[in-house]
Amino acid sequence: MAAARTMFEKIWQRHVVVDRDDGYTLLYIDRHLMHDGSAAGFAKLRERNMKLRRPDRGFATPDHYVRSDSRSVADIADPHHRSLVEQIRTNTAESGVTLFDLGDERQGIAHVVGPEQGVTQPGLTLVCGDSHTSTHGALGALAFGIGSSEVAHVMATQCLWQRKPKAMRVSVDGTLGAGITGKDVILAIIARIGTAGAVGHVIEYAGSAIRGLSIEGRLTVCNMSIEAGGKAGMVAPDDTTIAYLEGRPFSPKAAEWDKAVAFWRTVPSDEGAIFDRDVSLDAASITPMVTWGTSPEDALSITGRIPEPSTAPDAAKKDSMKRALDYMGLVPGTLLEQVPVDRVFIGSCTNSRIEDLRAAAQVARGRKVVIPSWVVAGSGLVKKQAEAEGLDKIFLAAGFEWREPGCSMCVGMNGDTGKPQERIASTSNRNFIGRQGPGVRTHLLSPAMAVAAAVAGHFADVRKLA
Amino acid sequence: MEAFTTLDAIAIPIDQPNLDTDQIIPARFLGKPRDMQVSALFHDLRYTPDRAPRPDFVTNMPAFAGAKIVVAERNFACGSSRENAVTVMVDNGLRAFIAPSFGDIFFNNCFQNGALPIRLDAARAAELRGMLHAAPGARIRIDLASQTVVGPDGKSDRFEIDSFRKDCLLRGADEVSLTLSYDEDIRAFETRQRQEMSWL
Repeated sequence: MAAARTMFEKIWQRHVVVDRDDGYTLLYIDRHLMHDGSAAGFAKLRERNMKLRRPDRGFATPDHYVRSDSRSVADIADPHHRSLVEQIRTNTAESGVTLFDLGDERQGIAHVVGPEQGVTQPGLTLVCGDSHTSTHGALGALAFGIGSSEVAHVMATQCLWQRKPKAMRVSVDGTLGAGITGKDVILAIIARIGTAGAVGHVIEYAGSAIRGLSIEGRLTVCNMSIEAGGKAGMVAPDDTTIAYLEGRPFSPKAAEWDKAVAFWRTVPSDEGAIFDRDVSLDAASITPMVTWGTSPEDALSITGRIPEPSTAPDAAKKDSMKRALDYMGLVPGTLLEQVPVDRVFIGSCTNSRIEDLRAAAQVARGRKVVIPSWVVAGSGLVKKQAEAEGLDKIFLAAGFEWREPGCSMCVGMNGDTGKPQERIASTSNRNFIGRQGPGVRTHLLSPAMAVAAAVAGHFADVRKLA
Repeated sequence: MEAFTTLDAIAIPIDQPNLDTDQIIPARFLGKPRDMQVSALFHDLRYTPDRAPRPDFVTNMPAFAGAKIVVAERNFACGSSRENAVTVMVDNGLRAFIAPSFGDIFFNNCFQNGALPIRLDAARAAELRGMLHAAPGARIRIDLASQTVVGPDGKSDRFEIDSFRKDCLLRGADEVSLTLSYDEDIRAFETRQRQEMSWL
């Protein structure tokens, strides 16, 4: 009998084109997502006078450089940025790659669009020139981010040279408390294993609490695998996955659908498969999480206090805590709930899907924000759905701005940045120094927790607002 | 691609663990042409908000001028996939990075640009940084063929590197050309996949 294999192992083996004696594998790539930043890959391809090998496997949408208050390319003030958004049109038109352009309701953040369109499917390999490509693993795909040279390599050959990573299982068992979301789960995981905790590994998220998450919740968890240092993150496809994919534009149809589903059922890890590392968390112990520092591992329960550097295990950690506290303008010992917030951002490839907006609207309903607060839907289709459900009305009545889809203030490349020393409660994925603009202080949290902060003017426990 | 064989050069110490790619090159510079990004290296660490150089940051210290090697802390260059984090360092003359561990995507991106990331144990990396602080301008010697790093103290350490990556760096070989030599295998894979996964 064949040895029990992990889901990662099965997907990997199915995509081996060449196995070399030196441990390197030429791996076939089924899906290549592109965005406005992929212009560098097209340029490298042109330098070599090469064409895309498989334009039918490419899907593109502008997200990083698009404005969140206009759908017109001409309104992009920076000529270099404008050119990148223009190039995605010319590059896809010339190569035959499918484009979801500005003005098309299917446009949005690549990591929202891929699953939404049914481009992301179980058992596939998927890459994109963006580190948060790990998101797509939520549907049971092996998905990871690559740099622009490797983007060009995939364009030219549809393959990548890879050394096989190790497999790690993170199990979350039990029942999540009321108001606890995928965001709290992944922040709790990163707080536990550290931001380098999964370096060199592909993470499989398992356990009853993960299986109980919707696809949106799983996408949020897998999204931040990179913040745990992982190469990729994945969740086994199940009935939830199959129900999510049914009827999506690029999902298989008719007889092909049945064939695909039969294959997808074989993708999950076999009983008894061995992982190189195993970590487990108790779902019931997870509380609403907020980061306090400048690394995603600096995450705390909303009931906690800003930590004391004197409690650090060693001198280096103490030094980096001091530096983080100084940048964040925080005093050790302060209750997190007493820290004032200046601005709120709800959006990004981590938390801009319909379920995120529903959770946020539920808290916003009948309340008023006391600080500038934005909602930036992840795609035109998410925005349309939210409007059909009247969520936009709830946000607008509460004083939120309701903006156009794109990466926006997660990374600020389109000019959506905060001011120096501004403290932002953000549903995005990185609280790095300067991430949302020079000097800006970012705190990561869930959409519902972001609304709680927006209406209170300081961090607040959403469980008390129910 | 430029080949990497040996490097005997001044090295700069970077002590912060988890130094992310946003610190190597902030996102607001990414949409610019490559030549306009050169001065953005470590921008917000190097300059105050009103653009005055911070005298205590290593790349602003005259003794470290001409450095080609970085000795860093664990999880160096974690974060985004931006290849600019490698190219902006290469364009500033930095071609070898020594650290206990690296962000995975940065690690791969190095090999695409003739740069060498070296994993060295945490204690030795800390010792090397200590020497570089104590004697700014001290040199480190790297020999890729023998896989050795020689510190300012003359002590030699062997490092591990995949033979695939090593060969490509030593020859300055281009991966696309190598891959195209496997074209028959790629075609065979595609034929097989069309049958097995016909819905794609």
